Amino acid sequence: MSATAQSPVAAGPLDVAALRAEFPVLRQQVHGKPLVFLDSAASSQKPQVVIDAERRCYEEYYANIHRGVHKLSQLSTEAYEGAREDVRRFLGAASTKEVVFTRGTTESVNLVAQTWGRRHVGPGDEVLITALEHHSNIVPWQMLCEERHAKLKVAPIDDRGAVLLDQFEKQLSVRTKLCAFAHVSNALGTVNPVKQMTAMAKKRGAVVLVDGAQALPRLPVDVQDLGCDFYAFSGHKAYGPSGIGVLWGRRELLEAMPPWQGGGDMILSVTFGKTLYNELPYKFEAGTPNIAGGIGLGAAIRWLESKGMQRILAHEDAVLRHGTEALLQVPGLTLVGTAPEKAGVLSFVLEGIHPHDIGQVLDSEGVAIRTGHHCAQPVMDRYGIPATARASLGVYNTTEDLDALVRALHKVREMFG
Amino acid sequence: MSDLRELYQEVILDHTKKPRNKRPMPDATGHSDGMNPLCGDKATVYVKVEDGRVVDVSFEGQGCSISTASASMMTEAVRGKTPAEVDALFERFHALVTAPPDQAGRDAAPELGKLAVFAGVCEFPVRVKCASLAWHTLKAALAGNGTPVSTE
Repeated sequence: MSATAQSPVAAGPLDVAALRAEFPVLRQQVHGKPLVFLDSAASSQKPQVVIDAERRCYEEYYANIHRGVHKLSQLSTEAYEGAREDVRRFLGAASTKEVVFTRGTTESVNLVAQTWGRRHVGPGDEVLITALEHHSNIVPWQMLCEERHAKLKVAPIDDRGAVLLDQFEKQLSVRTKLCAFAHVSNALGTVNPVKQMTAMAKKRGAVVLVDGAQALPRLPVDVQDLGCDFYAFSGHKAYGPSGIGVLWGRRELLEAMPPWQGGGDMILSVTFGKTLYNELPYKFEAGTPNIAGGIGLGAAIRWLESKGMQRILAHEDAVLRHGTEALLQVPGLTLVGTAPEKAGVLSFVLEGIHPHDIGQVLDSEGVAIRTGHHCAQPVMDRYGIPATARASLGVYNTTEDLDALVRALHKVREMFG
Repeated sequence: MSDLRELYQEVILDHTKKPRNKRPMPDATGHSDGMNPLCGDKATVYVKVEDGRVVDVSFEGQGCSISTASASMMTEAVRGKTPAEVDALFERFHALVTAPPDQAGRDAAPELGKLAVFAGVCEFPVRVKCASLAWHTLKAALAGNGTPVSTE
């Protein structure tokens, strides 16, 4: 974390009771039971400061950005560009020119595939991903490889869900133009050794993209330290609004990339003969963006900074360990994803009971989890299962939430056992 | 819990635990694959038609309790019917599981018979696809066009 963080970080462990009170949505009952929200890997809830930032934008100073000489446009522009600086500081990036706002991780990955990828990946070249990727870090590369007659290679994982690093390294070759992998797996919770994998890929001259959607709200992220070339994440998983996300990229790569979408804001001048493109990062930001969403994301980042990513990590890790032990006491339960380094996710199956039925009964107990393939069908295929039940953590979850999950799972077993 | 008991009726739980006609059918006159991409469920439905009537139906695959029980009970409900009668029964079944919740089961057609236990599904819109997967797949098997069916 940067020493220039705007909000001071409190000392000692997180005061989770006080922190929970900052989330209005958590103060409710579902089916007559207190809400136990364990689906933050799908999307996180929002603290009051984020809700207020978006509301204030619309109530007090909203106007289009980068266009007007009038006061409201200036205020909106300052707030939106302030959020870009918040992101830069949070990621440890060198410049706000390297921070491109997108709709989310998916759009960030597609942007790189469609611009850098189309220019640099040719027939016979290779793109390397891993077996634990989300569909959004598979399909854009499949599309690119099909179009460019390149080969998509997949580094395998072991039974625990950890990437086999020797296999990963073996699959890298001089033909590997790009290597893309998740920082934290959304389906299994595996934390990849990003720094080590990046170093291996760089040694072969590959460009590295990291999908940080699950990592950003859970771990301290410093893109300089990781050594990667692109880092993508979504606002909505990091306590910010949906419809806003970020692509961070190294300046020299972004400079050399062709623009993606054409339109307003991404140009310097337009004639029917020739258009001059705008400078970074605006070259990649055609059209009026999600202004209030960007401002809300800035508020979310400052809120994370005020809590301290190390403290968030320590708290979630303690809850994850408690949850792991508690779940393993449930008869017939198998955890899917037991890598030594894990964060935020407890995927499991119950013998003889379909995840969909687990989720339905848990909902009746006020416990919200995700069931299904988690947009990671190849991961499900790897384990020979159609789906899992997934409890995932947010910073507001407590060990009591995991105990409530376990109690509700006993009701599931009563009904279907 | 009361809503849940309406969804998970004893008959449904019984068919979940002991699905009927869950087997391949080597001499089928038609079969089709169906999938529910939302939950990753897959089903294969086999049908044997003789003299214009369904004489045997079976299924294979993996799914939740609602989709398994629905497939199981469907195999019993459609035997002896013509393809047109199967279509008509599916329409009634579909109307049952997609009824507005305040009218749950109110207009259950008598010809639905045991299938009326699925009335509780209408309270849980996301489960409609689970209840209809086998039926959509059967229709495709009867049509014999071999196109995999998806609920999405």
